[in-house]
Amino acid sequence: MLCIIDYGVGNLFSLRASLEAIGQEVVVSSDPSVISSADRILLPGVGAFSDAIAKLRASGLDRVVKEEAARGKPILGICLGMQLLFQTSYEFGEHEGLGLIPGHVRPIAEVIPKELKIPHIGWNALSCSQPRHPLFSALSEGDCVYFVHSYYATDCAPYVIATTEYGAELTAAVARGNVMGCQFHPEKSGAVGLSILRAFCEETTL
Amino acid sequence: MITKRIIPCLDVKDGRVVKGIQFEGLADVSSPVKLARYYSEHGADELVFYDITASAEGRTLFTDILTETARQVFIPLTVGGGINTLEDFDRVLKCGADKVSVNSGALRNPELIREASLRYGSQCVVLSVDIKRVDGSFHVFSKGGREDTGREAIAWIAEGIRLGAGEIVVNSIDTDGVKEGFDLELLEPICAMSPVPVIASGGAGSMEDFSTLFTKIPTIDAGLAASVFHFGEVKIPELKAHLRACGVTVR
Repeated sequence: MLCIIDYGVGNLFSLRASLEAIGQEVVVSSDPSVISSADRILLPGVGAFSDAIAKLRASGLDRVVKEEAARGKPILGICLGMQLLFQTSYEFGEHEGLGLIPGHVRPIAEVIPKELKIPHIGWNALSCSQPRHPLFSALSEGDCVYFVHSYYATDCAPYVIATTEYGAELTAAVARGNVMGCQFHPEKSGAVGLSILRAFCEETTL
Repeated sequence: MITKRIIPCLDVKDGRVVKGIQFEGLADVSSPVKLARYYSEHGADELVFYDITASAEGRTLFTDILTETARQVFIPLTVGGGINTLEDFDRVLKCGADKVSVNSGALRNPELIREASLRYGSQCVVLSVDIKRVDGSFHVFSKGGREDTGREAIAWIAEGIRLGAGEIVVNSIDTDGVKEGFDLELLEPICAMSPVPVIASGGAGSMEDFSTLFTKIPTIDAGLAASVFHFGEVKIPELKAHLRACGVTVR
Protein backbone atom coordinates (compact mmCIF):
# COMPACT_ATOMS: atom_id res chain seq x y z
CA MET A 1 0.00 0.00 0.00
CA LEU A 2 1.12 3.48 -0.88
CA CYS A 3 0.38 6.51 1.27
CA ILE A 4 0.06 10.10 0.07
CA ILE A 5 0.72 12.31 3.05
CA ASP A 6 -2.11 14.76 3.58
CA TYR A 7 -0.90 17.74 5.58
CA GLY A 8 -3.37 20.28 4.30
CA VAL A 9 -1.61 21.73 1.28
CA GLY A 10 -2.64 21.32 -2.30
CA ASN A 11 -5.00 19.24 -4.25
CA LEU A 12 -4.26 15.55 -4.10
CA PHE A 13 -6.93 14.46 -6.57
CA SER A 14 -4.67 14.10 -9.61
CA LEU A 15 -1.85 12.39 -7.76
CA ARG A 16 -4.22 9.85 -6.29
CA ALA A 17 -5.94 9.30 -9.65
CA SER A 18 -2.63 8.80 -11.45
CA LEU A 19 -1.54 6.12 -8.97
CA GLU A 20 -4.89 4.37 -9.18
CA ALA A 21 -4.58 4.46 -12.97
CA ILE A 22 -1.39 2.39 -12.73
CA GLY A 23 -3.11 -0.12 -10.46
CA GLN A 24 -1.76 0.97 -7.09
CA GLU A 25 -3.59 0.73 -3.82
CA VAL A 26 -3.48 4.28 -2.49
CA VAL A 27 -4.48 5.92 0.77
CA VAL A 28 -4.40 9.63 1.48
CA SER A 29 -3.72 10.12 5.14
CA SER A 30 -2.33 12.30 7.91
CA ASP A 31 -2.44 9.44 10.42
CA PRO A 32 1.12 8.48 11.53
CA SER A 33 0.13 4.83 11.99
CA VAL A 34 -1.24 4.63 8.44
CA ILE A 35 1.88 6.33 7.07
CA SER A 36 4.10 3.95 9.03
CA SER A 37 2.26 0.89 7.75
CA ALA A 38 2.56 1.97 4.09
CA ASP A 39 5.14 0.36 1.81
CA ARG A 40 5.94 3.66 0.17
CA ILE A 41 5.31 7.30 0.91
CA LEU A 42 4.57 10.23 -1.34
CA LEU A 43 5.14 13.73 -0.05
CA PRO A 44 3.22 16.19 -2.27
CA GLY A 45 3.11 19.96 -1.99
CA VAL A 46 2.22 23.18 -3.72
CA GLY A 47 2.39 26.77 -2.50
CA ALA A 48 4.90 28.41 -0.22
CA PHE A 49 7.75 26.50 1.49
CA SER A 50 7.34 28.23 4.87
CA ASP A 51 3.64 27.47 5.02
CA ALA A 52 4.14 23.82 4.02
CA ILE A 53 6.96 23.07 6.45
CA ALA A 54 5.02 24.80 9.24
CA LYS A 55 1.98 22.61 8.56
CA LEU A 56 4.12 19.48 8.45
CA ARG A 57 5.69 20.39 11.80
CA ALA A 58 2.42 21.42 13.41
CA SER A 59 0.98 18.00 12.66
CA GLY A 60 4.13 16.20 13.82
CA LEU A 61 4.40 14.59 10.39
CA ASP A 62 7.92 15.95 9.89
CA ARG A 63 9.12 13.48 12.52
CA VAL A 64 7.12 10.66 10.97
CA VAL A 65 8.69 11.31 7.55
CA LYS A 66 12.18 11.43 9.06
CA GLU A 67 11.61 8.19 11.02
CA GLU A 68 10.31 6.38 7.94
CA ALA A 69 13.22 7.70 5.89
CA ALA A 70 15.63 6.38 8.53
CA ARG A 71 13.92 2.97 8.38
CA GLY A 72 14.72 2.87 4.67
CA LYS A 73 11.18 3.26 3.37
CA PRO A 74 10.98 4.62 -0.17
CA ILE A 75 9.83 8.26 -0.10
CA LEU A 76 9.09 10.41 -3.12
CA GLY A 77 8.69 14.15 -2.72
CA ILE A 78 6.90 15.94 -5.55
CA CYS A 79 7.39 19.60 -6.50
CA LEU A 80 7.37 21.53 -3.21
CA GLY A 81 7.40 18.10 -1.53
CA MET A 82 10.84 17.56 -3.07
CA GLN A 83 12.06 20.96 -1.92
CA LEU A 84 10.98 20.14 1.65
CA LEU A 85 13.51 17.27 1.70
CA PHE A 86 16.44 19.71 1.67
CA GLN A 87 18.22 21.54 4.48
CA THR A 88 17.23 25.13 3.79
CA SER A 89 14.95 27.14 1.53
CA TYR A 90 15.50 30.78 0.68
CA GLU A 91 11.93 31.41 -0.45
CA PHE A 92 10.82 34.65 1.27
CA GLY A 93 13.44 34.49 4.02
CA GLU A 94 15.31 31.46 5.28
CA HIS A 95 13.50 28.31 6.34
CA GLU A 96 14.75 25.00 7.64
CA GLY A 97 13.59 21.95 5.72
CA LEU A 98 13.55 18.26 6.63
CA GLY A 99 17.28 17.93 5.97
CA LEU A 100 16.98 14.46 4.46
CA ILE A 101 19.07 15.49 1.45
CA PRO A 102 22.00 17.94 1.73
CA GLY A 103 21.34 21.04 -0.34
CA HIS A 104 19.40 24.28 -0.54
CA VAL A 105 16.40 25.70 -2.36
CA ARG A 106 16.94 29.05 -4.06
CA PRO A 107 15.08 31.32 -6.51
CA ILE A 108 15.40 30.39 -10.17
CA ALA A 109 15.71 34.13 -10.89
CA GLU A 110 19.27 34.04 -9.49
CA VAL A 111 20.53 31.77 -12.25
CA ILE A 112 18.46 32.26 -15.39
CA PRO A 113 18.60 35.15 -17.89
CA LYS A 114 16.23 38.02 -17.17
CA GLU A 115 14.20 37.59 -20.36
CA LEU A 116 12.99 34.13 -19.32
CA LYS A 117 9.64 33.96 -17.60
CA ILE A 118 9.12 32.88 -14.02
CA PRO A 119 7.67 30.50 -12.96
CA HIS A 120 9.28 27.89 -15.16
CA ILE A 121 5.99 26.48 -16.40
CA GLY A 122 5.36 23.89 -19.08
CA TRP A 123 6.89 20.76 -20.58
CA ASN A 124 10.65 20.48 -20.56
CA ALA A 125 13.07 17.66 -21.39
CA LEU A 126 14.74 15.58 -18.70
CA SER A 127 18.43 14.94 -18.92
CA CYS A 128 19.11 11.84 -16.80
CA SER A 129 22.39 11.34 -14.95
CA GLN A 130 24.42 8.23 -15.75
CA PRO A 131 24.07 5.53 -14.67
CA ARG A 132 20.38 6.12 -14.97
CA HIS A 133 18.37 5.98 -11.76
CA PRO A 134 15.74 3.18 -11.63
CA LEU A 135 12.95 5.82 -11.54
CA PHE A 136 13.83 6.65 -15.13
CA SER A 137 14.37 3.14 -16.48
CA ALA A 138 11.48 3.43 -18.96
CA LEU A 139 12.41 6.88 -20.30
CA SER A 140 13.81 7.77 -23.71
CA GLU A 141 16.30 10.55 -24.30
CA GLY A 142 14.48 13.87 -24.70
CA ASP A 143 11.30 12.80 -22.89
CA CYS A 144 9.49 15.80 -21.44
CA VAL A 145 7.76 16.28 -18.11
CA TYR A 146 5.56 19.07 -16.73
CA PHE A 147 7.13 21.71 -14.48
CA VAL A 148 5.62 24.55 -12.46
CA HIS A 149 8.10 26.18 -10.09
CA SER A 150 9.94 29.39 -9.23
CA TYR A 151 12.57 27.88 -6.91
CA TYR A 152 15.09 25.12 -7.50
CA ALA A 153 17.37 22.82 -5.52
CA THR A 154 21.07 23.57 -5.56
CA ASP A 155 24.30 22.57 -3.76
CA CYS A 156 23.10 18.97 -4.04
CA ALA A 157 25.23 17.72 -6.96
CA PRO A 158 25.96 14.20 -5.57
CA TYR A 159 22.22 13.51 -5.36
CA VAL A 160 21.02 14.91 -8.69
CA ILE A 161 19.58 12.17 -10.90
CA ALA A 162 18.11 14.40 -13.62
CA THR A 163 18.30 18.00 -14.73
CA THR A 164 16.39 20.21 -17.13
CA GLU A 165 17.57 23.20 -19.13
CA TYR A 166 15.86 26.56 -18.70
CA GLY A 167 18.48 29.21 -19.29
CA ALA A 168 20.53 27.25 -16.77
CA GLU A 169 20.78 23.63 -15.76
CA LEU A 170 18.13 23.15 -13.07
CA THR A 171 17.73 20.20 -10.72
CA ALA A 172 14.80 18.13 -11.96
CA ALA A 173 15.10 15.07 -9.68
CA VAL A 174 17.19 13.89 -6.75
CA ALA A 175 17.79 10.68 -4.83
CA ARG A 176 19.68 9.83 -1.71
CA GLY A 177 19.15 6.13 -1.19
CA ASN A 178 15.48 5.59 -0.38
CA VAL A 179 14.67 9.31 -0.32
CA MET A 180 13.76 10.63 -3.77
CA GLY A 181 12.24 13.75 -5.17
CA CYS A 182 11.13 15.27 -8.43
CA GLN A 183 10.66 18.96 -9.08
CA PHE A 184 8.21 18.26 -11.91
CA HIS A 185 4.72 16.78 -11.62
CA PRO A 186 4.76 13.12 -12.73
CA GLU A 187 0.97 13.00 -12.23
CA LYS A 188 0.63 15.70 -14.92
CA SER A 189 3.33 14.41 -17.27
CA GLY A 190 1.31 11.99 -19.37
CA ALA A 191 2.65 8.50 -20.11
CA VAL A 192 6.22 9.50 -19.17
CA GLY A 193 5.06 10.67 -15.74
CA LEU A 194 3.05 7.51 -15.15
CA SER A 195 6.12 5.41 -16.01
CA ILE A 196 8.11 7.27 -13.35
CA LEU A 197 5.39 6.67 -10.75
CA ARG A 198 5.23 3.01 -11.79
CA ALA A 199 8.99 2.70 -11.36
CA PHE A 200 8.74 4.24 -7.90
CA CYS A 201 6.09 1.66 -6.99
CA GLU A 202 7.80 -1.35 -8.55
CA GLU A 203 11.53 -0.74 -8.48
CA THR A 204 11.98 0.62 -4.98
CA THR A 205 11.48 -1.45 -1.85
CA LEU A 206 11.98 -1.14 1.87
CA MET B 1 14.57 24.30 -23.32
CA ILE B 2 10.94 24.63 -22.48
CA THR B 3 8.67 23.44 -25.28
CA LYS B 4 5.92 25.39 -27.02
CA ARG B 5 2.52 24.08 -25.95
CA ILE B 6 -0.35 23.03 -28.18
CA ILE B 7 -3.70 23.27 -26.43
CA PRO B 8 -7.06 22.01 -27.75
CA CYS B 9 -10.07 23.72 -26.23
CA LEU B 10 -13.30 21.76 -25.65
CA ASP B 11 -16.56 23.67 -25.34
CA VAL B 12 -18.84 21.67 -23.09
CA LYS B 13 -22.58 22.24 -22.92
CA ASP B 14 -24.92 20.11 -20.82
CA GLY B 15 -22.25 17.46 -20.52
CA ARG B 16 -21.40 17.15 -24.22
CA VAL B 17 -18.73 18.65 -26.43
CA VAL B 18 -20.26 21.20 -28.75
CA LYS B 19 -19.37 21.04 -32.46
CA GLY B 20 -19.63 17.74 -34.29
CA ILE B 21 -16.37 15.98 -34.85
CA GLN B 22 -15.00 13.04 -36.79
CA PHE B 23 -12.07 11.01 -35.54
CA GLU B 24 -10.73 7.67 -36.53
CA GLY B 25 -11.14 5.20 -33.70
CA LEU B 26 -13.30 7.51 -31.64
CA ALA B 27 -16.93 6.50 -31.76
CA ASP B 28 -18.46 8.96 -29.32
CA VAL B 29 -17.06 12.27 -30.47
CA SER B 30 -19.21 14.36 -28.19
CA SER B 31 -18.04 12.69 -24.99
CA PRO B 32 -15.71 15.18 -23.29
CA VAL B 33 -14.01 12.39 -21.35
CA LYS B 34 -13.24 10.33 -24.44
CA LEU B 35 -12.18 13.30 -26.52
CA ALA B 36 -9.91 14.54 -23.72
CA ARG B 37 -8.28 11.12 -23.49
CA TYR B 38 -7.89 10.99 -27.27
CA TYR B 39 -6.14 14.36 -27.37
CA SER B 40 -3.96 13.49 -24.41
CA GLU B 41 -2.83 10.28 -26.13
CA HIS B 42 -2.22 12.17 -29.38
CA GLY B 43 0.21 14.81 -28.27
CA ALA B 44 -1.86 17.61 -26.71
CA ASP B 45 0.21 19.38 -24.06
CA GLU B 46 -2.69 20.65 -22.06
CA LEU B 47 -6.49 20.79 -22.33
CA VAL B 48 -8.97 23.55 -21.77
CA PHE B 49 -12.54 22.70 -20.81
CA TYR B 50 -14.83 25.60 -21.39
CA ASP B 51 -18.21 25.35 -19.66
CA ILE B 52 -20.87 27.05 -21.77
CA THR B 53 -23.74 25.60 -19.75
CA ALA B 54 -26.34 28.00 -18.51
CA SER B 55 -28.39 25.80 -16.16
CA ALA B 56 -27.55 24.57 -12.68
CA GLU B 57 -28.17 20.97 -13.82
CA GLY B 58 -25.69 21.45 -16.63
CA ARG B 59 -23.15 22.81 -14.18
CA THR B 60 -23.42 19.75 -11.96
CA LEU B 61 -23.04 17.56 -15.01
CA PHE B 62 -19.96 19.58 -15.99
CA THR B 63 -18.24 18.97 -12.67
CA ASP B 64 -19.06 15.25 -12.88
CA ILE B 65 -17.45 15.13 -16.31
CA LEU B 66 -14.46 17.10 -15.15
CA THR B 67 -13.94 14.64 -12.30
CA GLU B 68 -14.17 11.70 -14.67
CA THR B 69 -11.73 13.32 -17.10
CA ALA B 70 -9.23 14.17 -14.38
CA ARG B 71 -9.34 10.51 -13.31
CA GLN B 72 -8.24 9.41 -16.75
CA VAL B 73 -6.21 12.22 -18.27
CA PHE B 74 -2.80 13.03 -16.83
CA ILE B 75 -1.86 16.30 -18.48
CA PRO B 76 -2.69 19.77 -17.16
CA LEU B 77 -6.38 20.67 -17.28
CA THR B 78 -7.64 24.23 -17.36
CA VAL B 79 -11.28 25.05 -16.75
CA GLY B 80 -13.07 28.20 -17.81
CA GLY B 81 -16.60 29.48 -18.21
CA GLY B 82 -18.83 30.81 -15.47
CA ILE B 83 -16.03 31.45 -12.98
CA ASN B 84 -17.18 34.39 -10.88
CA THR B 85 -16.27 33.59 -7.29
CA LEU B 86 -13.71 31.79 -5.15
CA GLU B 87 -16.37 29.12 -4.63
CA ASP B 88 -16.32 28.53 -8.40
CA PHE B 89 -12.53 28.08 -8.21
CA ASP B 90 -12.96 25.67 -5.35
CA ARG B 91 -15.65 23.70 -7.14
CA VAL B 92 -13.56 22.96 -10.25
CA LEU B 93 -10.22 22.52 -8.47
CA LYS B 94 -11.76 19.84 -6.24
CA CYS B 95 -12.81 18.01 -9.41
CA GLY B 96 -9.22 17.84 -10.61
CA ALA B 97 -8.67 21.06 -12.59
CA ASP B 98 -5.11 22.38 -12.38
CA LYS B 99 -5.78 25.91 -13.54
CA VAL B 100 -8.86 28.08 -13.66
CA SER B 101 -9.48 30.65 -16.33
CA VAL B 102 -11.35 33.85 -15.53
CA ASN B 103 -12.77 36.34 -18.00
CA SER B 104 -16.00 38.32 -17.46
CA GLY B 105 -15.97 37.47 -13.75
CA ALA B 106 -12.59 39.19 -13.38
CA LEU B 107 -13.77 42.21 -15.39
CA ARG B 108 -16.71 42.63 -13.02
CA ASN B 109 -14.55 42.05 -9.96
CA PRO B 110 -10.78 42.31 -10.57
CA GLU B 111 -10.13 41.43 -6.92
CA LEU B 112 -11.15 37.89 -7.81
CA ILE B 113 -7.74 37.52 -9.47
CA ARG B 114 -5.90 38.67 -6.34
CA GLU B 115 -7.95 36.57 -3.96
CA ALA B 116 -7.66 33.44 -6.08
CA SER B 117 -3.92 33.83 -6.64
CA LEU B 118 -3.35 34.32 -2.92
CA ARG B 119 -5.39 31.25 -2.06
CA TYR B 120 -4.34 28.87 -4.84
CA GLY B 121 -1.16 30.42 -6.21
CA SER B 122 -0.63 32.48 -9.37
CA GLN B 123 0.13 29.37 -11.42
CA CYS B 124 -3.50 28.42 -10.95
CA VAL B 125 -5.06 31.66 -12.20
CA VAL B 126 -5.35 32.17 -15.95
CA LEU B 127 -6.68 35.47 -17.22
CA SER B 128 -8.55 35.01 -20.48
CA VAL B 129 -9.16 38.19 -22.46
CA ASP B 130 -11.43 38.66 -25.50
CA ILE B 131 -10.05 41.49 -27.61
CA LYS B 132 -11.36 43.35 -30.66
CA ARG B 133 -10.19 46.39 -32.61
CA VAL B 134 -12.37 49.45 -32.02
CA ASP B 135 -11.44 52.76 -33.70
CA GLY B 136 -7.80 51.80 -34.07
CA SER B 137 -7.23 50.50 -30.55
CA PHE B 138 -7.62 47.13 -28.87
CA HIS B 139 -10.66 46.89 -26.62
CA VAL B 140 -11.55 44.22 -24.06
CA PHE B 141 -14.93 42.62 -24.58
CA SER B 142 -16.97 40.75 -21.97
CA LYS B 143 -19.84 38.27 -21.95
CA GLY B 144 -18.36 35.98 -24.55
CA GLY B 145 -17.33 38.84 -26.82
CA ARG B 146 -20.75 40.50 -26.92
CA GLU B 147 -20.09 43.63 -24.89
CA ASP B 148 -17.42 46.30 -25.35
CA THR B 149 -16.07 47.22 -21.91
CA GLY B 150 -14.21 50.21 -23.37
CA ARG B 151 -11.08 49.03 -21.55
CA GLU B 152 -7.77 49.09 -23.41
CA ALA B 153 -6.43 45.54 -23.72
CA ILE B 154 -2.80 45.97 -22.66
CA ALA B 155 -3.76 48.07 -19.64
CA TRP B 156 -6.23 45.39 -18.49
CA ILE B 157 -3.68 42.60 -18.99
CA ALA B 158 -1.07 44.58 -17.05
CA GLU B 159 -3.57 45.03 -14.23
CA GLY B 160 -4.43 41.33 -14.28
CA ILE B 161 -0.77 40.40 -13.98
CA ARG B 162 -0.27 42.90 -11.18
CA LEU B 163 -3.22 41.33 -9.33
CA GLY B 164 -1.64 37.88 -9.66
CA ALA B 165 -2.68 36.23 -12.93
CA GLY B 166 -0.11 33.55 -13.78
CA GLU B 167 -0.93 33.13 -17.46
CA ILE B 168 -2.76 35.14 -20.11
CA VAL B 169 -4.96 33.72 -22.87
CA VAL B 170 -5.36 36.27 -25.66
CA ASN B 171 -8.46 35.63 -27.76
CA SER B 172 -8.65 37.80 -30.84
CA ILE B 173 -12.29 38.28 -31.80
CA ASP B 174 -11.17 39.76 -35.14
CA THR B 175 -9.32 36.63 -36.26
CA ASP B 176 -11.49 34.05 -34.45
CA GLY B 177 -13.23 31.75 -36.89
CA VAL B 178 -11.52 33.35 -39.90
CA LYS B 179 -8.86 30.59 -40.04
CA GLU B 180 -6.24 32.81 -41.65
CA GLY B 181 -3.78 32.82 -38.80
CA PHE B 182 -3.32 34.12 -35.28
CA ASP B 183 -3.53 37.86 -34.61
CA LEU B 184 0.19 38.61 -34.57
CA GLU B 185 -0.32 42.37 -34.52
CA LEU B 186 -2.23 42.03 -31.25
CA LEU B 187 -0.06 39.31 -29.72
CA GLU B 188 3.30 40.99 -30.31
CA PRO B 189 2.90 43.96 -27.93
CA ILE B 190 1.30 41.72 -25.29
CA CYS B 191 4.21 39.26 -25.41
CA ALA B 192 6.66 42.17 -25.25
CA MET B 193 5.19 43.43 -21.96
CA SER B 194 4.08 40.22 -20.23
CA PRO B 195 6.36 38.66 -17.62
CA VAL B 196 4.02 35.64 -17.48
CA PRO B 197 3.25 33.06 -20.18
CA VAL B 198 0.99 34.16 -23.05
CA ILE B 199 -1.29 31.76 -24.93
CA ALA B 200 -2.50 32.74 -28.40
CA SER B 201 -6.08 31.96 -29.36
CA GLY B 202 -8.27 32.70 -32.37
CA GLY B 203 -7.48 32.30 -36.03
CA ALA B 204 -5.67 28.97 -36.44
CA GLY B 205 -6.62 27.36 -39.75
CA SER B 206 -3.54 25.35 -40.69
CA MET B 207 -0.25 23.97 -39.40
CA GLU B 208 1.51 26.94 -41.00
CA ASP B 209 -0.48 29.31 -38.81
CA PHE B 210 1.13 27.70 -35.75
CA SER B 211 4.67 27.74 -37.19
CA THR B 212 4.22 31.40 -38.20
CA LEU B 213 3.03 32.19 -34.67
CA PHE B 214 6.01 30.55 -32.95
CA THR B 215 8.68 31.76 -35.37
CA LYS B 216 7.42 35.36 -35.69
CA ILE B 217 6.83 35.71 -31.94
CA PRO B 218 9.45 33.52 -30.24
CA THR B 219 8.34 34.61 -26.75
CA ILE B 220 4.80 33.26 -27.13
CA ASP B 221 4.30 30.13 -25.02
CA ALA B 222 1.37 28.28 -26.50
CA GLY B 223 -1.21 28.11 -29.26
CA LEU B 224 -4.81 27.26 -28.43
CA ALA B 225 -7.47 26.21 -30.91
CA ALA B 226 -10.76 24.35 -31.05
CA SER B 227 -12.44 23.55 -34.35
CA VAL B 228 -9.23 23.17 -36.37
CA PHE B 229 -8.39 20.21 -34.10
CA HIS B 230 -11.96 18.96 -33.63
CA PHE B 231 -12.60 18.75 -37.35
CA GLY B 232 -9.29 17.03 -37.95
CA GLU B 233 -7.99 19.81 -40.22
CA VAL B 234 -4.88 19.88 -38.09
CA LYS B 235 -3.71 16.68 -36.39
CA ILE B 236 -1.53 17.33 -33.39
CA PRO B 237 1.18 14.69 -34.08
CA GLU B 238 1.59 16.07 -37.62
CA LEU B 239 1.57 19.62 -36.29
CA LYS B 240 4.35 18.75 -33.84
CA ALA B 241 6.45 17.22 -36.64
CA HIS B 242 5.87 20.32 -38.77
CA LEU B 243 6.90 22.62 -35.92
CA ARG B 244 10.02 20.56 -35.24
CA ALA B 245 10.96 20.86 -38.91
CA CYS B 246 10.55 24.64 -38.58
CA GLY B 247 12.97 24.70 -35.64
CA VAL B 248 10.30 25.12 -32.96
CA THR B 249 10.92 23.11 -29.78
CA VAL B 250 7.93 20.90 -29.00
CA ARG B 251 7.29 17.85 -26.88
